[in-house]
Amino acid sequence: MLDACSLASAEDLFRQIPAEARLKRPLALAPGKSEYEIAEYFRSLAQKNANGYASFLGAGVYNHYRPVVVDTVVSRGEFLTSYTPYQSEISQGTLTAIFEFQTMICQLTGMDVANASMYDGSTAVPEAAMMAVRVTGRHRILVARSVHPEYREVLRSYARNQGLPVEEFGYDAETGQIDLADLESKLNGETACVILQCPNFFGIVEDANAVAGLAHSQGALAVYTFTEAVSLGILAPPAAADIVAGELQSFAISPSYGGPFAGIIATREKFIRQLPGRLVGQTVDTHGNRAFCLTLATREQHIRREKATSNICTNQALIALMATVFMELYGKEGLRELAVQNLSKAHYLGDKVKRRFTGSYFNEFVATGDGAPVSELNSKLLERRIIGGLPLERHYPELGNAALVCATEMTKRSDMDAFAETFNA
Amino acid sequence: MNYPEDYRYTKEHEWVHLAGDTATIGITFHAQEELGDIVYVDLPKVGKKLEKGKSFGSVESVKAVSDIYAPVSGEVIEVNEGLATAPEKLNEDPHKAAWLIKVRVDGSADFKNLLSAADYQSYIGAET
Repeated sequence: MLDACSLASAEDLFRQIPAEARLKRPLALAPGKSEYEIAEYFRSLAQKNANGYASFLGAGVYNHYRPVVVDTVVSRGEFLTSYTPYQSEISQGTLTAIFEFQTMICQLTGMDVANASMYDGSTAVPEAAMMAVRVTGRHRILVARSVHPEYREVLRSYARNQGLPVEEFGYDAETGQIDLADLESKLNGETACVILQCPNFFGIVEDANAVAGLAHSQGALAVYTFTEAVSLGILAPPAAADIVAGELQSFAISPSYGGPFAGIIATREKFIRQLPGRLVGQTVDTHGNRAFCLTLATREQHIRREKATSNICTNQALIALMATVFMELYGKEGLRELAVQNLSKAHYLGDKVKRRFTGSYFNEFVATGDGAPVSELNSKLLERRIIGGLPLERHYPELGNAALVCATEMTKRSDMDAFAETFNA
Repeated sequence: MNYPEDYRYTKEHEWVHLAGDTATIGITFHAQEELGDIVYVDLPKVGKKLEKGKSFGSVESVKAVSDIYAPVSGEVIEVNEGLATAPEKLNEDPHKAAWLIKVRVDGSADFKNLLSAADYQSYIGAET
């Protein structure tokens, strides 16, 4: 091999790498380990992981059960190894799955059309904002301070380079819901859209109709986002919104240290031309059989190129398929039952600790520590093999000593009792 | 192809027809032929002020997206809404039924400086 490449030694292969960038010693690995020994070494390391801990973390990534059939379906080679279809119509199986995904997202959100998926919730929100800018011809974006802080960061990254001003409006210090008076004072004829999250970052259910009504009174669009998709099993669909942009991680998508996830964007039919991404439709083939096709595509990378209006060219096929299988497994009734379980568990826990806000909450709430700092309480909880809530001082210093706490269908009563005991001590 | 004598044309392949202070604007037969099957037209809203030479919209075909430039300055008073659902009209009848927008103009100075049908045809003849 070296002869064929006219090289004297394997070292010559690395010749082009500057000497100062090269490691000048052998890797610090024990020599001559067998495969068995290596596997054993990693197994012992893996035992240091915090497996089997109860977790009260939510804040955009939720601890839900993943039915085994989800991985069985997505592991099929036809789905797992294929890239998103460019010669779309040859991939009828993939198109069928996307069509079912879009249909269920419409049913879930009460919207007319949903695209084939987005990268995640945090990127779906700025895409919805840019869509509102195109629809209204206006430039100002108003976003609630109770929208996930990281979603707002991603929104600002997108908006900065498009020259779109982003302004925040506050929440009511007592209820945790949007401060409608603050929103009203900031709304004007230049506002392209008002973005709200429901349940909001504090877990509180917003009055989406009131927010949408205010937005519409100034000719702005209402953008509804969610991080906890299970809430849609029990809350009324956001039918008053113009664009729904959210995150599906709760639907059998593994937390995986923060991604990859799958997002959605859905809207009214009259805005379909401004919808980013792609849309699969149902048609008939030359023999009159039911078939699926790529009905609309923004074609950002091959046709629009420098005139592209969005950052998504295709869709989040495989991860969105996990959510598709999840929705098909649970169905309308199952999702509702799951939502009720989440609600009941979170309220069992919420009744045991001091909550910061009075508004209705779903499966998350802000708990305030009376004495010890939240970080200290979390250390005590860790000793009991419990991962506590998210300290809020980084993103919401005005809330003081507070934590965002989440309970799902996975949370055991004994862990909730232990949590409350430590938190209230 | 017939390029109407009473229209004026631009090197960016738009046409203008002036009646009183209303200018009707479209893209030429040559433009749609070069673009191929047109799938989407992005047009401004009524009330938008156009500045001569600036882009006011775009035409997307199966091959490319092209900006459309304002041949005259003025305010948009009407938009051909039918093109939103039937962009293929631009391939079928670009000089009449598939006009894009109507604009109220101040005087006819802009219009008079544009190309005549004969000049435009010799221009595209030289280009191709």
